[in-house]
Amino acid sequence: MDNVGTIGVDHGHAHDHAHDHAHEELSFLRKYVFSLDHKVIGIQYAVTGLTFLLFGFTLMMLMRFQLAYPGRPIPVVGNWFGAASAPGGIMLPEFYNTLGAMHGTIMVFLGVVPLAVGGFGNFVMPLQIGAPDMAFPKLNMMSYWVYFLGGATMVGSFFVPGGAAMSGWTSYAPLSVIAQPGQLGQTLWLVGMVFLITSSLLGSVNFIVTIVQLRAPGLTYMRLPFFVWAQFVTSFLLLLAFPPLEAAGILQLMDRVAGTSFFLPTGLVVSNRVVTTMTGVAAGSVASGGGNPLLWQHLFWFLAHPEVYVLILPALGIVGEIVANNTRKPLWGYRALVYSVVFLGFMSFIVWAHHMFMTGMGTTMSAFFQTTTMIISIPSVVILTALLLSLWGASIRFTTPMLFALAFMPMFGIGGLTGLPLGLAPSDIHLHDTYYVIGHFHYVVAPGTIFALFGGIYYWFPKATGRKMNDLLGRIHFWGSFVCINLVFMPMFIQGLGGMNRRMYDGGMQYAHNAGLLKWNLVIGVAAWALGIFQVPFIVNFFGSLKWGALVDKNPWEATTLEWSAPSPPGHGNFLTEPVVYRGPYEYSVPGSAKDFTPQFEAEHA
Amino acid sequence: MEIPYTVQARPDSGLANGKLGIWLFLASEVMLFGALFSTYILLRVGATEWPHHELNVPLGAINTVILISSSVTMVMAWASLKMNQWGKHRLYLSLTVVLSLLFLLNKYFEYGAHFAAGEGPSHTTFLAIYFTMTGLHMLHIVGGVVVMLYFLGPGARMWKTSPEQFTNRIEYTGLYWHFVDLVWIFLFPVLYLL
Repeated sequence: MDNVGTIGVDHGHAHDHAHDHAHEELSFLRKYVFSLDHKVIGIQYAVTGLTFLLFGFTLMMLMRFQLAYPGRPIPVVGNWFGAASAPGGIMLPEFYNTLGAMHGTIMVFLGVVPLAVGGFGNFVMPLQIGAPDMAFPKLNMMSYWVYFLGGATMVGSFFVPGGAAMSGWTSYAPLSVIAQPGQLGQTLWLVGMVFLITSSLLGSVNFIVTIVQLRAPGLTYMRLPFFVWAQFVTSFLLLLAFPPLEAAGILQLMDRVAGTSFFLPTGLVVSNRVVTTMTGVAAGSVASGGGNPLLWQHLFWFLAHPEVYVLILPALGIVGEIVANNTRKPLWGYRALVYSVVFLGFMSFIVWAHHMFMTGMGTTMSAFFQTTTMIISIPSVVILTALLLSLWGASIRFTTPMLFALAFMPMFGIGGLTGLPLGLAPSDIHLHDTYYVIGHFHYVVAPGTIFALFGGIYYWFPKATGRKMNDLLGRIHFWGSFVCINLVFMPMFIQGLGGMNRRMYDGGMQYAHNAGLLKWNLVIGVAAWALGIFQVPFIVNFFGSLKWGALVDKNPWEATTLEWSAPSPPGHGNFLTEPVVYRGPYEYSVPGSAKDFTPQFEAEHA
Repeated sequence: MEIPYTVQARPDSGLANGKLGIWLFLASEVMLFGALFSTYILLRVGATEWPHHELNVPLGAINTVILISSSVTMVMAWASLKMNQWGKHRLYLSLTVVLSLLFLLNKYFEYGAHFAAGEGPSHTTFLAIYFTMTGLHMLHIVGGVVVMLYFLGPGARMWKTSPEQFTNRIEYTGLYWHFVDLVWIFLFPVLYLL
């Protein structure tokens, strides 16, 4: 069998012969570590992403202990963090800030996006469009390894003196610029981000080219599975929204390393001292000033708002696939879904400043961004409504993936609807920076996106491994997580509406108005740790099913899209015969058909 | 297993994979430099005073000419391949590299003069944005030179095995090179003249 490694490669090494030989029997290293196969890379992304999700969640479980029991030593693991972070096992405020900043960074940039885009996108998308691989296999491999470097930088930053970044996942200037002077934490965060941005750039170019160029014969754009559309739009967001953050990262790096003042205004005074440059030749001299802290926020949110849709669109795509398959009906309003996703992607570029109502940028700006924010809620509602309507009159198969997909809808709905008051400046002024905001975006990302991702894992696991995951363990995982995650985030709305601020090391104990709200911290804490316990069945299931899962054939869910025409797991090159597409993606329960699904890849009257 | 459209264009999109890829990459580059130009505008609009004519305009102008010439030689390097003139291709591609190195040499003198006068990036916001933007642009030049050296060296072997693909690669390098050139054409007036 020929190998992708030969395509477009003519580097002509001295050991060409060794190379040629390796093509017949790929070494372990080339097959599983430095693989060019999109499926292996997808699984690498997914497993790394899942590991980071667990890591980021662990950081949060530690923070939740401090909030539930302020000032009490952390049991069991408290002594692992050293005197600089947690003397006597009691968390220091700086350590709390570090955990908070890194929780956000890790969850978003190292967990959810790599799993949703790098993992699912890489594994499923080429199969769904009938491609033998991604358009640029080498770039694909590079994308993963650059991501890995970024992750290693972020994890490594925990171990430098002063610890990892502690200026929030948003790294707001000027605090992020003057934080941890002479220490590496924030600087490494910036370097890590540059790696991650580079990785996602490589990935997004590859995704778009693959979708445009490598669709199988007959697979027109309007026959693409909804998941592919979601990945397509997501890739454009990554391609165009991330570079401004790269620019911002470079500017902040200059501020920290070369002593510039991009984000430091003239005469900035912090803690009764005029801010000085931190490094370079003129270390200790007064910063030149003339910078603008708001510049950081604009550049940051220009990325970070589209990033929200990078988090949610692949999840919507996954839910779409699972819903169509388990309702045994076509997705309701496929065209409306596609147009909505495209419109959503476009609009996501012009809503960013609704994160900045409190910066005093002026009512005209606020009015504009309020309007666009209200407009962008329309396609989101269209998509969610179409998914809900797909359930109407269906004889639903309550499989494990379907449970997650069904839970996704109301959870994402709650997340979306609670966002509306935040998108309007008058109500946002009250809610800004409270636990309400945390509740809102976590409903979108945690019981929303992450549930969809879990659903996706249960759904495509048979394709990736040839074995099904255990249903009982899946149900325990689902119901436990579902109950706990709501107990974690629902009380946050109560706390936030009561005015409790986020990012408080002691949970806001010193404020009188919080007195009645503190009891929820304990509820949230216990629910969060229980949520952690309910991930154990998933981990057991994931690894156990590799060995003991029920063997399946190529199409265990009786699905209609192309990936189910390939063997499970698909070999190198994916398909045994060149796939040809004859119809739309969701031809379920076609009247007059013998079976209740008519796959895209089956010729007429097959 | 063969990935389709690595060399030939796909009929419905009219593009080969690499060409679409490089255009998408350039789109993201536009966003990168666009963000920096926006930064420049925002800082300048917010500044109480902004230095004028602080930079060496003749040196900048010479560099502009050098870079535009290198774009011309780059096109010639590609056109020579299309006309199957290997020798000319080598000549023009080498010329492009030489011109790029001249550009970098010029930049070295410019930077050197600033540092000698104690005017590093931390001196003023103007110099900060000047060094950041031209520095990033310079990195792009260096990247381009590395790619061209590759095609002059080991990468040139592909001409024998797959001439069409090699020609495409030179074309894509050219597209990138014109973009880098274009960025400078914006940088020069914005930083040196305005």
